Amino acid sequence: MTQHPVAPLLKVEGLGKSFVAKRNFFGRPTATVRAVDGIDLELKPRETLAIVGESGCGKSTLGRLILRLIEPSQGQVTFLENDMLALDPTALRDMRRWAQLIFQDPFASLNPRMTVGDLLSEPLMLHNIVPETERTARVGKLLQQVGLKPEHAGRYPHEFSGGQRQRIAIARAIAVEPQLIVCDEPVSALDVSIRAQVLNLLKDLQAQLGLSYIFISHDLSVVRHIADRVAVMYLGRIVETGPVTDVFDHPRHPYTRALLDAIPVPTPHRMKEIVPLEGDVPSPLNPPSGCHFQTRCPFVVARCAQERPPMTLKTETHSVACWQHQSIPDDHQARGKVDYDPRLERLMQAFNPT
Amino acid sequence: MSTQASTPMVSSPLTLESPGARAWRRLKARPSALVALAVIILLILMAVFAPMIAPYDPIKQNYLLVRKAPSWLHWMGTDEVGRDLLARVIWGARASLSAGMISVGIALLIGVPLGLMAGYRGGWTDALISRFTDAMLACPFLILAIALAAFLGPSLGNAMIAIGITATPIFVRLTRGQTLAIKTEDYIEAARAVGNPVHRIALRHILPNVLPSLLVQATLTVATAIIAEASLSFLGLGQQPPLPSWGSMLNSAQRFLTNAPWMAVWPGLAIFVSVICFNLLGDGLRDALDPRSK
Repeated sequence: MTQHPVAPLLKVEGLGKSFVAKRNFFGRPTATVRAVDGIDLELKPRETLAIVGESGCGKSTLGRLILRLIEPSQGQVTFLENDMLALDPTALRDMRRWAQLIFQDPFASLNPRMTVGDLLSEPLMLHNIVPETERTARVGKLLQQVGLKPEHAGRYPHEFSGGQRQRIAIARAIAVEPQLIVCDEPVSALDVSIRAQVLNLLKDLQAQLGLSYIFISHDLSVVRHIADRVAVMYLGRIVETGPVTDVFDHPRHPYTRALLDAIPVPTPHRMKEIVPLEGDVPSPLNPPSGCHFQTRCPFVVARCAQERPPMTLKTETHSVACWQHQSIPDDHQARGKVDYDPRLERLMQAFNPT
Repeated sequence: MSTQASTPMVSSPLTLESPGARAWRRLKARPSALVALAVIILLILMAVFAPMIAPYDPIKQNYLLVRKAPSWLHWMGTDEVGRDLLARVIWGARASLSAGMISVGIALLIGVPLGLMAGYRGGWTDALISRFTDAMLACPFLILAIALAAFLGPSLGNAMIAIGITATPIFVRLTRGQTLAIKTEDYIEAARAVGNPVHRIALRHILPNVLPSLLVQATLTVATAIIAEASLSFLGLGQQPPLPSWGSMLNSAQRFLTNAPWMAVWPGLAIFVSVICFNLLGDGLRDALDPRSK
């Protein structure tokens, strides 16, 4: 596998998925939900792209569409210069070697009736990564790579804690020596101290193995720590994307601002400055016309209800989908200093000797 | 920056207990299930070693000993052609127990793959298999078994096949339902993401998780199948004379219920004991394999 330093590892164009929500008596669909609605993304080798958004905005679905664990309704996914959606089942299975998935809940993602050794040697066997005689040794090495011991191979998942299970899940993902790992909220189910350890592990593995991550999360402080670029999703669409520092320090989209404002910070006076979002997320069954955010946006104008705003380049790398992005005042004062979670930062330092 | 160093050591307050060992430990805590298991093993041993244990030839007739009450010579008495009942009950265990187990084996062999297919593939496959099992379940168990056995012709082997086919829908349904529940689990999606082919997901990832429920249902169905074999034999559709099975023994005893009740009592008792033991074992297994119970 040759590396292409400039060419993107993954390119997603117009990717969408509609689920049937209601059917009539004859089984014909009468209502559909556009869980993911025309997503464009690019991921370079060794890069971490975070996808953030509220629950139900379609970020997990997007991760599964990219891996084709869910069949997309429209769009295109090009991974390692292969059209993922044109692959037949056998070719798709071979392709899985290069792209892996880590789940949110480590209690559900490991088969309770397989030992850790079985779980880790299965991918080695399926993709013939090492000869059969070396598999046990490789399983031991994988366990060490994620901070467990080779002796743990004989145990069952229920004998491990949540953090340890997530390490096992990570070991399974790196077993096939992939290029891309989609991390679906990998630390959301873990408590804060374990979270820091697992984030460190992911960072270390990225440095060692040259991995690219798509990091799905609703936790912006975690995103700040791990991601290079970030894409903000709202109701199935990306509303803003760019380098983490740009997006977090100079958010352009009103929704991104609201998300950043929602991070709790120990600064009592700041509460006066922010305007909380009104209302709830609209039902995806019946999303608003034009810009999906228009029903809750403080800067709404007539055009927002009529046309979907296109992604507009703000700077070379930072783009935003908003009709009003020119006229919205540039920055809120308090923003930019708040996104780092000092507690998480300290914990990451504490668990990192270097 | 080394990965090993960046993570703290892993504490190991953990036990080395496989799911099998755990189930066995829990089963041992249930006396009724343990007794039932012991009796079943005893019955199976009795059937296997029938030629060595049986005091007489089970098919040798003796017209000097017709319908004798239990005595020291014939512990369970003799039947209408002077055959020793104890010998016949011991030999009858072979037919009855093997009918119970083999027919359940047949039902598992057909039912589990169909259930897995219906549950995992869904769509038309599921609709076809499910409608067919629904249709079969609409007929009463015994009526269907009798019809099938009559169609296949009277013999023990055909009775087993008939009972097996009749019991199949139970296993199709159970496997399908469990598969539907398990296939939505994250670890099945993980298995797909790692690149498992469909058949491997079904056999290596779903089936082991369905197995506990199947095991419980199988022991319960063995009991049903033993009764079904007895019923078919009673109607002359199972074990053929002169070879004994508990059901065929009951069949010949019915004409002498008033003057030779022992002819019916012993095979009836044998059926009763084996059925209740399989039921108790099934109940015990269900509790032992349930992860929610302690």
